Amino acid sequence: MSDIAELEQTLLAEIAGAQDEQAIEAVRVAALGKKGSISEKLKSLGAMSPEERQSQGPAINGLKTRVTEALTARKAELRDTAIAARLETEKVDVTLPVRASPAERGRIHPISQVVDEITAIFADMGFAIAEGPDIETDYYNFTALNFPEGHPAREMHDTFFFNPDEKGERKLLRTHTSPVQIRTMETQKPPIRIVIPGKTYRMDSDATHSPMFHQLEGLVIDKTANVANMKWVLEEFCKAFFEVPSLKMRFRPSFFPFTEPSMEVDIQCDRSGSEVKFGEGNDWMEILGCGMVHPNVLRHGGLDPDEYQGFAWGMGIDRIAMLKYGMPDLRAFFDADIRWLSHYGFRPLDMPTLFGGLSG
Amino acid sequence: MKFTLSWLKDHLETDATLEEIVERLTMIGLEVESVDDKSALKPFTIARVLTAERHPDADKLQVLSVDTGDGKPIQVVCGAPNARAGLIGAFAGPGTYVPGIDVTLGVGRIRGVESHGMMCSERELQMSDEHNGIIDLPADAPVGTSFAAYAGLDDPVIEINLTPNRPDATGVYGIARDLAAAGLGKLKDGAVARVKGEGATPVRLAIEAPDLCPGFALRLVRGVRNGPSPKWLQQRLSAIGLRPINALVDITNYITFDRGRPLHVFDAAKVKGDLTVRRAKEGETVLALDDREYKLNGEVCVIADAEGVESIAGIMGGVHSGCDENTTDVLIESALWNPGNIARTGRELGIITDARYRFERGVDPEFMVPGLELATRMVLDLCGGTPTETEVVGYRGHEPKKVTFPVSEVKRLTGLDVAKAESLDILKRLGFTPQSDGDTVDVLVPSWRPDVDGKADLVEEVMRIHGVDNIAPQPLASHAAVNGKILTTLQIRTRAAKRALASRGMMEAVTWSFIPSAHAEAFGGGQPELKLANPIAADMSDMRPSLLPGLLAGAQRNADRGFNDLALFEVSGTYEGDTPEKQRRVAAGVRRGTAKLDGAGRHWAGNAQAVGVFDAKADALAVLEACGAPVDRVQIEAGGPSWYHPGRSGTIKLGPKVVLGHFGEFHPKTLETLDVDGALCGFEVFIDAIPEPKQKATRTKPPLALSNFQAVRRDFAFVVDKSVEAAAVIRAAGAADRKLITGIQVFDIFEGPALGEDKKSIAIEISIQPQERTLTDEDLEGLAKRVVESVGKQTGGVLRG
Repeated sequence: MSDIAELEQTLLAEIAGAQDEQAIEAVRVAALGKKGSISEKLKSLGAMSPEERQSQGPAINGLKTRVTEALTARKAELRDTAIAARLETEKVDVTLPVRASPAERGRIHPISQVVDEITAIFADMGFAIAEGPDIETDYYNFTALNFPEGHPAREMHDTFFFNPDEKGERKLLRTHTSPVQIRTMETQKPPIRIVIPGKTYRMDSDATHSPMFHQLEGLVIDKTANVANMKWVLEEFCKAFFEVPSLKMRFRPSFFPFTEPSMEVDIQCDRSGSEVKFGEGNDWMEILGCGMVHPNVLRHGGLDPDEYQGFAWGMGIDRIAMLKYGMPDLRAFFDADIRWLSHYGFRPLDMPTLFGGLSG
Repeated sequence: MKFTLSWLKDHLETDATLEEIVERLTMIGLEVESVDDKSALKPFTIARVLTAERHPDADKLQVLSVDTGDGKPIQVVCGAPNARAGLIGAFAGPGTYVPGIDVTLGVGRIRGVESHGMMCSERELQMSDEHNGIIDLPADAPVGTSFAAYAGLDDPVIEINLTPNRPDATGVYGIARDLAAAGLGKLKDGAVARVKGEGATPVRLAIEAPDLCPGFALRLVRGVRNGPSPKWLQQRLSAIGLRPINALVDITNYITFDRGRPLHVFDAAKVKGDLTVRRAKEGETVLALDDREYKLNGEVCVIADAEGVESIAGIMGGVHSGCDENTTDVLIESALWNPGNIARTGRELGIITDARYRFERGVDPEFMVPGLELATRMVLDLCGGTPTETEVVGYRGHEPKKVTFPVSEVKRLTGLDVAKAESLDILKRLGFTPQSDGDTVDVLVPSWRPDVDGKADLVEEVMRIHGVDNIAPQPLASHAAVNGKILTTLQIRTRAAKRALASRGMMEAVTWSFIPSAHAEAFGGGQPELKLANPIAADMSDMRPSLLPGLLAGAQRNADRGFNDLALFEVSGTYEGDTPEKQRRVAAGVRRGTAKLDGAGRHWAGNAQAVGVFDAKADALAVLEACGAPVDRVQIEAGGPSWYHPGRSGTIKLGPKVVLGHFGEFHPKTLETLDVDGALCGFEVFIDAIPEPKQKATRTKPPLALSNFQAVRRDFAFVVDKSVEAAAVIRAAGAADRKLITGIQVFDIFEGPALGEDKKSIAIEISIQPQERTLTDEDLEGLAKRVVESVGKQTGGVLRG
């Protein structure tokens, strides 16, 4: 065996035997450093005869190449091993729970969510959203809406009153959202298409009545709007809101002072099971009151009832929310119980849209 | 309004079934509230007791053998003292529900003897309170047939939910008229024949309050025998929930429901002198038929005799002149009363009667006299006697209303195509009188329909009788373009505030608009004009000046249930006064315990700390940001309203005047007033105070200028007086070079003896963005010098050594 082959054997064995980067570096310096064994051999080439150089040159250079490759390979190997060992020490228990993000914990109250659902539907039908004050005058809440003084119809509304002022006039908490009909007519000329969500108040308290509740008023006024249009709007709304392909509705003649003719509306449902299903079944559930705006109300709004006509309706937002989402007790709406809010509330990013489906 | 099917059929000839009648009533606006078809009484059959033997083990029980008509005797154990062989009574077999004892029978074993049903008492069938023995029927009662049919208990009872505009339907006759008009049969003639009287009515009647009493009719019937009314009358009254009293009283109740015509009967022997209709004297009292004494005021209309008030007009009679079994001479009253006055009196005195119910809606003036005639007829038939002539005082007749009715209104308002002839025919069937035949018809309104005033009312009549179901839905004209923005800025901001706070882990509450006085006062409210005169509860009396008391109380309720860490918010109205402008739109929130943004409670990665002023500040600023407020321009001032901790609260302002909100921890006295405890912080943001965004011609955003030179950061620590606010240091540092300095972050606050009393260190990191060239060391040093100078000049701060 030539000494070159012998050196190669020794060096390769040392490379394979190096256990860390330091050791491999020592091997490299011993072989390829300034005074390394291979470097010495390369230096010796200068003193050789041309013939000798011709045979030794390639042999020594070949040795250098192979040893260099072996060094690189071993270095990479040692580095991989070192990384693997470090990673092993960095291991954590990934089953440890993380905190829920704020957006997962927060909730939107069902009333706000349902108002957004209603807004999405009526926006599509060309309605705007109007609002009005909770504290009203007798004029806007009753007189302008054609409730005669002392008429039993006023007693249908168990009204909260404030104490009379020095002029003897007493303000009240609006018993319905209908005052906003008049306020709208006073400030906006037809055509009018608005819905009015808002707080309303009556002296009433049980599982389905609360002294404070939420109503949705609708008002359409132009020169042609009639009962047939009203039926269409309300049927389309109910189908869209309850997210059913079809829904039978029953319009019954009724009485409200501010509409003539007046109707109450029932929707078809099935109450046979534990939850109420809409769009099927043989039961009827009253859901809203509506009618053609009474000529006196149009007059109070500054409109000529022979020129303008229209319809209005009112329904309980809390009630339709209870029906749609199966919430049994209205009183819980106002209790701020985080267990109830967490269960019945909606996530902040659940935004009702028609293109995405109201409730997803 | 309740009535029975047979009662209805007194006035309506019809073959319609109960179901058809009920359906049609609802569809013509007489909404059926409930129907009792009496099927519950079907299982009770008439049975004869064949034998009655002493129970072997019980003295008071007998073992009966009962024949129920099928020839197979049934064994029944019975405890009634009147049970005996030969008795005919009402039998209920196993499986029958017995309403009076609320029990469904089974086969029982009583003291060792099997019993296959029971013989019933009247109370068990809810016929009366009689329970001394079982029902004992005459010998000719047909064994094996339905007891309910035999006893007249199978007459279905219908209750309608009457709207306040339909006084005509407070009588069965009026309901029959509507059904006949709707094609469900033929209305029978309801005309009442005059009853001739002998001699004038001796009691004179004077109307001193003609505005309250537009008419009064009365007559005397002498020599009546007043006792229990006949079975049929008692059954009808019982069926609709009225207690039979005596024939005279029952007759008035019957006509009240049969014709919607309330009447009153006085025992003539107890009336002293003549009668006067007048306003009560202030403080006058009357003991009414409900055995309660009422104190009257000067607006109450009464009927008085020489000695005082005998009756509260149109509402309730008095005990003093009431009729009983000793009555021999009876004065019958049929009068008209001012509906508004009746409603007010009824409300003030708190009396609800069938008479008030009708008079406040308006009874048919033209039936005042016929009502009296009908009552007289019934008194003569049931009690005998001799009537005087009818006396009518004050009634000036009825001038029918005339409505000009363009028949095309039906189409205009409802979309229905109803032929003119049919429209007019419907009106005629309801008692209206069309007076011409053109396209516009003058229509006379019948005296029993005070609710009809105008053409829209006539449209309703045609629509409801023709059928609302016949109106086919028609789409509203759709808008010709994509629908634009439909929400106002305030509405958009309200929604944005809610979503923003919920996405910060808070839960949206909806709390009461009215709160306890003490809570309102603790938050700057409690003004007299915001106090309810008639709160539903003492602690729901004042309109809230702030959303915080409701949220704090809500947080406490949760804590009391064991949930200590929670974050609630509400975006709603508060009330600074009773005018629309004084109703504010506010977003408010409360955090309790350790309910931080990142989460509450203990966690392996770090436990949450108690909430504080900075959590509330972050929430408040997040609301402003979500609402599009210019957050970079707001100022934070120390301190807030009195309900906050004076040293741990702040006010957010835009310019010197506009207050956008407050945040902070709460004043301990406020928490004490609200009776709440725990670590709490909260905020209020006045959404309606945020200025409208500027109108812009385009939606283009300003061009983005990015620098190619590397950004650098430099740290400074300044020692300042403790009273110096961090904001002042930031402002001063930023002023050193508004172009180059793009951000300042406070990264450390330190206080310690090394700095000296009343001193603190504020450490800031300044971000510097070169714009034109890379900054040299000299540039940076120059900038640092300017920062130190500016802070020194404006805050007295010096670089910490």
